[in-house]
Amino acid sequence: MKKEYADIIHRCFRCGWCKLPLNFKDFNCPSYLKYRFESFSSGGRLWLIRAWMNGEIQTSERFAKIIFSCVTCKNCVQACAMPKIREYLVDMVINAREDMVEKGVIPPEVRDYFKAVSISGNAYKMPQEQRGAWANGLDVERYTAQEYLFYVGDVGSYDEEGVKMARSVAGLLKKVGISFGILASDEITDGNEVKTLGEVGLFEQIASQNIEKFKKLDVKKIITLSPHAYNSIKNEYPKLDGNFEVYHYTQVLNKVLNDIPMGELNVKVTYHDPCYLGRWNNEYWAPRSVLNSVPGLELIEMDRNMQNALCCGGGGGNFFTDILGTGPDSSARVRVNEAIDTGASVLAVACPICYRMLSDAVKAEGVEEKIQVRDIADIVSEAVNK
Amino acid sequence: MDRIFERLADIVGSDYVSNAAEERFIYSRDGGVQMPHEPDYVVLPNTTEEVQKIILLANEEKIPVVPMGGGLVLSGLSIPLKGGIVLDMKRMNRIIEVNEKSHYAVVEAGTALGMLSAYLNKHHPSLKNSLPDAPPVATVAGNIMIHGSGHLSQSEGGFHSEMVTGLEVVLPTGKIVKLGSCSTVPYWFSRAPLPDLAGLFLGWNGTTGIITKVGIKLFPRPLLNDGLMFMTEDVDTVPDIMFRIVNTEMCEDLTFFITPKPAMFEGFQMTIISITANSEKEMRLKKEIIRDALRDYYESKEAGFVPVPKEMKAFLLEAPQKNLSAFADVRKGGGFEYVGAIIPVEKIPDAYRAGLDIAAKNGITYSLGGRMIGRGHSFMFYFAYPFNRADKEDMDRVRQALDDTNHAALKMGGIPWKAEVSGQQLILKQMEPSTYEFMQDIRKLLDPNGIMNPGNWEVNP
Amino acid sequence: MNALNFDPGICAKCETYDCLMKCQYMDFDLESAREERWKLIRGEDTRILNDCVTCYACEEYCPYNNHPFYLIVERQEEKGIHPVPKPIEKSQIKAMAPKGVIAPMKVKEPVINMCYFPMMLGTIRGKLFEGASAIVGSDIFCNLMYLHFARNSVIKERLPKMIENIQKNYLEPSGVKELICYHDECYGTYTSWAPAFGIEVPFKPIHLFEYLYNRLSELKSEIKPLNLKVAYQRPCSNRLSPEIDHFVDDIFGLIGVERVNRKYDHENALCCGGVFEAQQRFDLMEKNQTLNVDDMKENGATHCVFNCPFCFWTLSDLVSQKGMTPIMMSDLCHQALGE
Repeated sequence: MKKEYADIIHRCFRCGWCKLPLNFKDFNCPSYLKYRFESFSSGGRLWLIRAWMNGEIQTSERFAKIIFSCVTCKNCVQACAMPKIREYLVDMVINAREDMVEKGVIPPEVRDYFKAVSISGNAYKMPQEQRGAWANGLDVERYTAQEYLFYVGDVGSYDEEGVKMARSVAGLLKKVGISFGILASDEITDGNEVKTLGEVGLFEQIASQNIEKFKKLDVKKIITLSPHAYNSIKNEYPKLDGNFEVYHYTQVLNKVLNDIPMGELNVKVTYHDPCYLGRWNNEYWAPRSVLNSVPGLELIEMDRNMQNALCCGGGGGNFFTDILGTGPDSSARVRVNEAIDTGASVLAVACPICYRMLSDAVKAEGVEEKIQVRDIADIVSEAVNK
Repeated sequence: MDRIFERLADIVGSDYVSNAAEERFIYSRDGGVQMPHEPDYVVLPNTTEEVQKIILLANEEKIPVVPMGGGLVLSGLSIPLKGGIVLDMKRMNRIIEVNEKSHYAVVEAGTALGMLSAYLNKHHPSLKNSLPDAPPVATVAGNIMIHGSGHLSQSEGGFHSEMVTGLEVVLPTGKIVKLGSCSTVPYWFSRAPLPDLAGLFLGWNGTTGIITKVGIKLFPRPLLNDGLMFMTEDVDTVPDIMFRIVNTEMCEDLTFFITPKPAMFEGFQMTIISITANSEKEMRLKKEIIRDALRDYYESKEAGFVPVPKEMKAFLLEAPQKNLSAFADVRKGGGFEYVGAIIPVEKIPDAYRAGLDIAAKNGITYSLGGRMIGRGHSFMFYFAYPFNRADKEDMDRVRQALDDTNHAALKMGGIPWKAEVSGQQLILKQMEPSTYEFMQDIRKLLDPNGIMNPGNWEVNP
Repeated sequence: MNALNFDPGICAKCETYDCLMKCQYMDFDLESAREERWKLIRGEDTRILNDCVTCYACEEYCPYNNHPFYLIVERQEEKGIHPVPKPIEKSQIKAMAPKGVIAPMKVKEPVINMCYFPMMLGTIRGKLFEGASAIVGSDIFCNLMYLHFARNSVIKERLPKMIENIQKNYLEPSGVKELICYHDECYGTYTSWAPAFGIEVPFKPIHLFEYLYNRLSELKSEIKPLNLKVAYQRPCSNRLSPEIDHFVDDIFGLIGVERVNRKYDHENALCCGGVFEAQQRFDLMEKNQTLNVDDMKENGATHCVFNCPFCFWTLSDLVSQKGMTPIMMSDLCHQALGE
C-alpha cells in the first residue's frame, strides 16, 4: 500500500456515518445495503485492508469479494465524520485493489475484464470495427476538425441501452447545432473502470494511447456520453499530460438549450445523479437545468438526491464484473422503488451505466407499468421534436 | 460443511450467515480498546421468528448468543467473549407504526436512530425522536439495552430506556413475549399499568434476551431551534447553574463540555442550552427566562453568555453530533474511548477534577462533558480519551485511564455507564450482595443454559 | 508606556459635551454631563464607566478629536471594570492571541489587509481585486476589538508587534507603502487609535471604501447599475473615521444603488448588537436590533449592506427574516460588475 495511505488507514474509527447519506434516509453504501455484514461497509472494508496488510487476514475469495464489491460511489467520502481522512477513503480501497492486482490475487471476473480490455480495447470483447455501428443511420461525422470530439465509450458503443443513449445524445447534439465528430472504430475504452479496479499499468497504457490519439487529431474539446469517461479524461489524463476541455453532454446541452424551441411535455420526472458526475465531480445542476428547460416537465426529487444519491451499483467496475450481484437489496432495485415513490413516471439518467443498471432493475422488479428509465437527451429530444 | 452453519443458513438463508475469517475478524472487536474475541458465526436475522429459531438452536447446541445493534458501544459489550453467535440485528429495521396522537413509534430492534429520525421528518414532521450523540447508525434497541441517553433530555426522562413504551423480546429459551400495553391490547402506548417486566431487559446489555421490537416515545418537533452557551471559570458553580436552568423548564436539552482545544475553551466550562420554539416570540421569551435565571452570575461578571457565531451554534446543536466521532481523530489515531458515568448532579465538579487528574496522570489528552438526565435527576458525565489505534502503548495508557476513571466514578458516588467487563466487575463488587444474587437468580431463571452474552455482568466470568 | 494623547484642557473648555449629550445609550442633561465629565477626567468613579456600551460614537461626536472614548476605556481598565464577563474576556484574549507563525511573503499592490477574517478571503477576487495580495491572520490582527472589553492594555501590548509584522514581513520587502484595510477596525486602528497613543504607523492605510470607489471608477464602463434600495449598517469602528462615510454614497452612485434615507444611519447609526450580547445587555440588544432593522424595512430597503463581518454575522438572520438581503459591500460591488 502506498505510504500515504498506509500512514492513515488506521484512522478510520468505524463509526458508521459512511453507511448513511447525509439525511440518514436509508443505507446508502451499495455493498453494505446488499450484504449487511459490517465487513462490507466502508469502515469494515478499511479495517480488513489494514488487517490484510498486517497479515492478520489472508487473501481469500471472500476478502476479494469485499474489496471488489465497493462501487467507488463516494457516499462514504461524503458522509465520513473524519475531515482529515475522508477524501482518501475510496482511494485506499482502490489502492488495495492495486496491491491485489500486483500480487495476482484478483477475482476471475476482474481478471476477465482486464483481459477483454487489453485484447479487444473494450469490455465487451467486440470487434473494433463495430465500434462506430451505434451511429448507423445518424449521419454523424468522423472527427476531423469539429469543435468537439464526442467520446462515446464502451457502454455507449456496445451495450443495447447504451447505444440507445448514444444515439439520442448524438441526435440531439446535431439537432441543436453542436459541431462534433466521433472516433468510431478508432475509439477505445477510456480506462476509468480499469483504474478503479486497480490495474494502474493498463490504465496508463490506455490513457496514453487516447491522449496521443486526441493530440494527433488536434482535439481541444471533448464531450463525453458517460460520466465515467468524463472523470478519467478530466481528472486522470492531465496527470499524463493529456489536457483537454472536457464536458459531460448535459453540460454542453445546458449551455445551448435556452435558445432552442421545445414543445410541452406533461410528464413527472425524477433524476438519478450518477456518482461520477455528482459526488466525483460536483456537477449536480447541469442535468437538472436541462430537464427544467423542458416546458411542462415537472422535476421531482427523490429523498436521496445530489450528494445523497444512492448509486445504481454499477460503479467501480461492478457493471462489468457484477461482483456486487443482484437481488432485492441491490441498490439499482432499491433506487427504482425510491423513484416510484416520488410519483414520477420517468426516471431520468445521465449515464449509460446507470441507464442499463436501472432498466434491468425495473424489469427485475416488474414495475415497467409504473416507471420508465429514460436518458435526459431522449426526453429533451422528444420536446425538441414536438 | 459445519453443521451449525448449515442449520443457521437454513434459518436465515446462506447469504446472511458467515463463519468466514473476515466476518470473524470484524465482529471480534469494536472501535474501543477492549481485547478482541472472535465469534464462531455471524448471523443477520430478518424476523422475530428467525431470531427465535436461532435461540432454540443455540440452546440445543449450548453456544453463546450476543446481540448487536450499531456495534458502537466502544466498551466491547457486543464482542463475543466466549465465542458463539453474534446476532447483527440491523436487517430488522422496519418502522412498523407511528401513532402520532399517542406520540410513539413501534420499530424493529435494528432500526437506526438516524433512519427513524429521517422517517419522521418526512412522514410525521411534527414529531421527532431523541437522538444520542452516537452516530446515526446507532440502533433503537441498542441504546435502550445500555440505558443510553440522547438529546431531548429535558423533554422526558433523559434515558432512552425511560422512553420505552413496550417491547417484544425473544427470551433465552426461545419464547416470544410482548411487554407493556401491547401484551394486552393492540396499542403500544405504555408499560403501565401492568407490572413492568421491561426492566428485565433494559440495561442488561443483552444478557437476558433479544429485544426484537420496541415501542419508543416521540416528542414534538418545534419549528425553531436555537441555543445559548454559558461560560464559567469556576466549576463549582456548574451544579447550581444547571439546577437553575433545568428549573426554568425552558430548554430541550442541557449539556456541557470542557476541552483543552481550541484555546478559547481551555480552562473554562461551557454549558450548552438547547432551546426550541414555534415562534420567534416564544424563542425570545424562553431565552429571556433562562437568562434571568442566571442574571446574578452574569451581572457579577464571573460568568456569562457567549455570543456564538451561527456556524458554531449549528455545530453545537447538531444531533447526532458528528464532531464527537471526529474527536476520535484528535491524535490522528482513529479512536477514542470513554467512561460515561451517571453521577449525582452535585458531583460534576468532582468528576471534572478527576478527569483532569486522570488525563494528566496517564499523559493523555481528554474531552470532558456531559448531559443532564431528565429535569436534573442525574448527570451523564463523560470522560473521553482519544488514542492512536496504531500505537499499542497509547491504547494501554487509555485502558489504564478507563480503569482509573471507573474507580473514580464509583468513589465519588457515580456508576460507570455501559461499563466494559472489568468496569462491570468493579460495580458488582460494590453492589449489595443480595442485589447481585437476585440478578443472577433472574438470569438463571430466564437463561438456564447461560447462552446470553456470557461473561457480562458476572463477578467471575 | 503609550499614554493617551488626551488634553484635559480642551475638555475643560468644552461647553457642549457632545461626547455625552449625543450618546445614544446614556441620558444626560447639560449639568450631569458636566459633572460626570469632570469625574472622568479626574479619574473618579462615574456612571459613564459602567453604562458605556463601547459603541465608539463619542470619538466621532467630539468636535476637538480629543479621544473621549479612548479615555473612557483607559479609565474602565484602571478601575478594573469588565464590560464583558471575565471568562469571555479571557477566552477571547486567548483565542485571538498572535500565533507567531507569520513568515515573510512577497506581496503585490494592492495589498488587502483582511485582519483576522480568514473566512472572508473568498471576497478578494474578480476584477475588483485583480492582482491583489491579501494578508490575514492572528499575527497581523489589529486587536482593536479589546476596546469593547475595556482592555486598551492588550492593544498596547500587541499592536506594535502587529505593525512590525505587516511592515517587515509583507510591505517593506516588497516595496509596498500602502495597505488597504478591509475592515473599518483596522483602518481606525492605524488612523485614529495608534496616533492617539503615540504609536507610529510606517505604512499608509487606505480604507476599503476608498479603494472600491477608485477601482469602480476605473471599471465604470463595465458596471451594470443594480437599481437597488439599500440600507447601510454603519459599524462602530467607522466612528473612528467618519470622513470615510461619503465613500458609501460615492460607491452607491457608481453602482446605481440608493442609500435609503433612514433614522439610524450616519451619526445616528445603531450598533449591530453583537457587542451588547457579549456585554450581557440582552434587552438593549433586542431593542436596538428591532429598531434598526425595522427602520431599514420601513424605509424601503431591499438589501442591507455591511462592511463589518461581525455586524453581518450578528444581524444577517434578522435582516433576512424581515425579507431583506444581507450583503457585504465588497460583494455588492462584485455584483455590479456582473460577477
